[in-house]
Amino acid sequence: MNRKYITTIIVIAFFLSPLFLNSYWVDVLNNIGIYAILALSLNFILGDTGLFHMGHAAFFAVGAYTTAILNTMYHIPIILLIPFSGITAAIFAYLVARPIIHLRGDYLLIVTIGIVEIVRIALINNIFGLTGGSNGIFGISRPNLLGLVIRRPEHFFYYIWIFLAISVFLFERLRNSRFGRALNYIKEDEVAAEGTGVNIARYKLIAFVIGAFWAGMVGNIYASKMTIISPESFTFWESVVYFCIVILGGSGSISGVILGSFLLIGLPEIFREFSQARMLAFGLAMIIMMIVRPQGLIPPPPRKYDVYMDKKFAEN
Amino acid sequence: MEFFFQQLTNGLAIGGIYALIALGYTMVYGVLKLINFAHGDLFTLGAYIGFTLLTSFSLVGKIGPLPTLFLFGLIIMGLVGIAGIILERVAYRPLRSADRLAAVVSALGASIVISNSIMLIYGARFQVYPHHLIPQITLNILGMKIPLLRIVMLLLSIILMIILYLFIQKTKIGTAIRATAIDHGAARLMGIDVNKIISYVFFIGPALGGAAGLMVGLYYGQLNFMMGWVYGLKAFIAAVIGGIGNIPGAMVGGILLGVIEALGAAYISTAWKDAIAFFVLIIILIVRPTGILGERVADKI
Repeated sequence: MNRKYITTIIVIAFFLSPLFLNSYWVDVLNNIGIYAILALSLNFILGDTGLFHMGHAAFFAVGAYTTAILNTMYHIPIILLIPFSGITAAIFAYLVARPIIHLRGDYLLIVTIGIVEIVRIALINNIFGLTGGSNGIFGISRPNLLGLVIRRPEHFFYYIWIFLAISVFLFERLRNSRFGRALNYIKEDEVAAEGTGVNIARYKLIAFVIGAFWAGMVGNIYASKMTIISPESFTFWESVVYFCIVILGGSGSISGVILGSFLLIGLPEIFREFSQARMLAFGLAMIIMMIVRPQGLIPPPPRKYDVYMDKKFAEN
Repeated sequence: MEFFFQQLTNGLAIGGIYALIALGYTMVYGVLKLINFAHGDLFTLGAYIGFTLLTSFSLVGKIGPLPTLFLFGLIIMGLVGIAGIILERVAYRPLRSADRLAAVVSALGASIVISNSIMLIYGARFQVYPHHLIPQITLNILGMKIPLLRIVMLLLSIILMIILYLFIQKTKIGTAIRATAIDHGAARLMGIDVNKIISYVFFIGPALGGAAGLMVGLYYGQLNFMMGWVYGLKAFIAAVIGGIGNIPGAMVGGILLGVIEALGAAYISTAWKDAIAFFVLIIILIVRPTGILGERVADKI
């Protein structure tokens, strides 16, 4: 009970924080929030299902660019585009993951890197004439929620973090569902899972699609927050950041991932003076964490199931 | 026709470089089943050490360009090889028994550490190799003017690869490396010191990568601390094309990828040059995942 009280107090204090912080730090928290949701969607693919995926920025990019293109060309309101960006990202994920889903871990890793690089090159080369090349797309409008235009960092804070709260709730439900258990089985022992009748190719593909759908929606939020997007935000190194947040925070653990986002995105902000050595410290932290604590800062809680005691059995 | 042969020789020269770097990847993968993400950065380290050596000592005037480069080449190979051994000791040995994901993350971390250390020491701007080290001779082959440097690079790569191949096939240590690649436990039972063999592999692979770095510096003339990333990834693709874990495969894959990339860039589009390599990778993994010459894998499930 004590833990729940403390968690509730922290959460309430956190949600009241925009009243006390200046806009710069609220924006930092917004940034952390976006990375956190992205990491949660990657966590579903990497942490819950065990798929080595380093191309998550590609799904993020598809969602963001879908929003940007449809909004600047056809003036469709941002809020309406949220599910649409998710769906485009999901379709994209299905198309690219379908041929490669059966590959072994290391190979899947390299192919996902290839995918994110191809997407980035396609964006820079202004594919179909839509993406604006290296300059990207600008002039994306703000989300308009029933008349309230979400413009200032404080507005975006609640927009992003409530979205995150909903995501956490949904991912937690998914994790504890039959589907989530199947994914856990695939992560632990693929061969046994297949032998027990879990169609691993199908489940892995669905995991990819759901993760991509979520990343696509975050792409929409990101596009409307920045109003300008360019291929520079969707490189392989961004994928590495999401990957590290999941692994270092605790793969498969939602609280671990959120803590990881705070540390990996928040700490460099605090240590801005050492910006030159920032990436170096990042790399060192990765090596040291893997040697010292490979399960991450907050490993996922072990799954507990009550054993059903049959009356007859209990009597004996 | 001339255009085609120009691009072909260009592709062969670059392919030789990819092959040298791919050899490092494939040897490490064969022995440790680990993709050494930091390998590309060791290649960059070789190029930068070459830069330092060439700009600090004006030996060129004293002994002449070729002996200088030969001497520096050996020094670079040695230094980068030692760096490879240190890398293995620090980042990979503690994780020998951990699962693959931890090793991958550690490899990524090592890659970031090495490339950023290079950036902190040498600066983020491009660095330029001294010009006119190699006489700019163009040979006249079949009526076409082909730069001598390309042919020399390709020959050097092939010579190094032949030396490596003979080493792996004919010597005792080479056989020990092959044995360790098949099964660590059985190799230990045969009296092979697996840790020492792994250190050997981490000396030879990066040494070849360092030599490739020197050659790239001479060929392209400019260096950037991020260049290891692109070369490393393409070399890995080359290793996969040939069959990862397979040394002749890495050689074939490297040269093949270099040629495909050069011809693709010339005839399709230069902007999509990097994407072509990834397309080739995806196609190979779908059509023939064990690579052209086949992957040397002990277990298959």
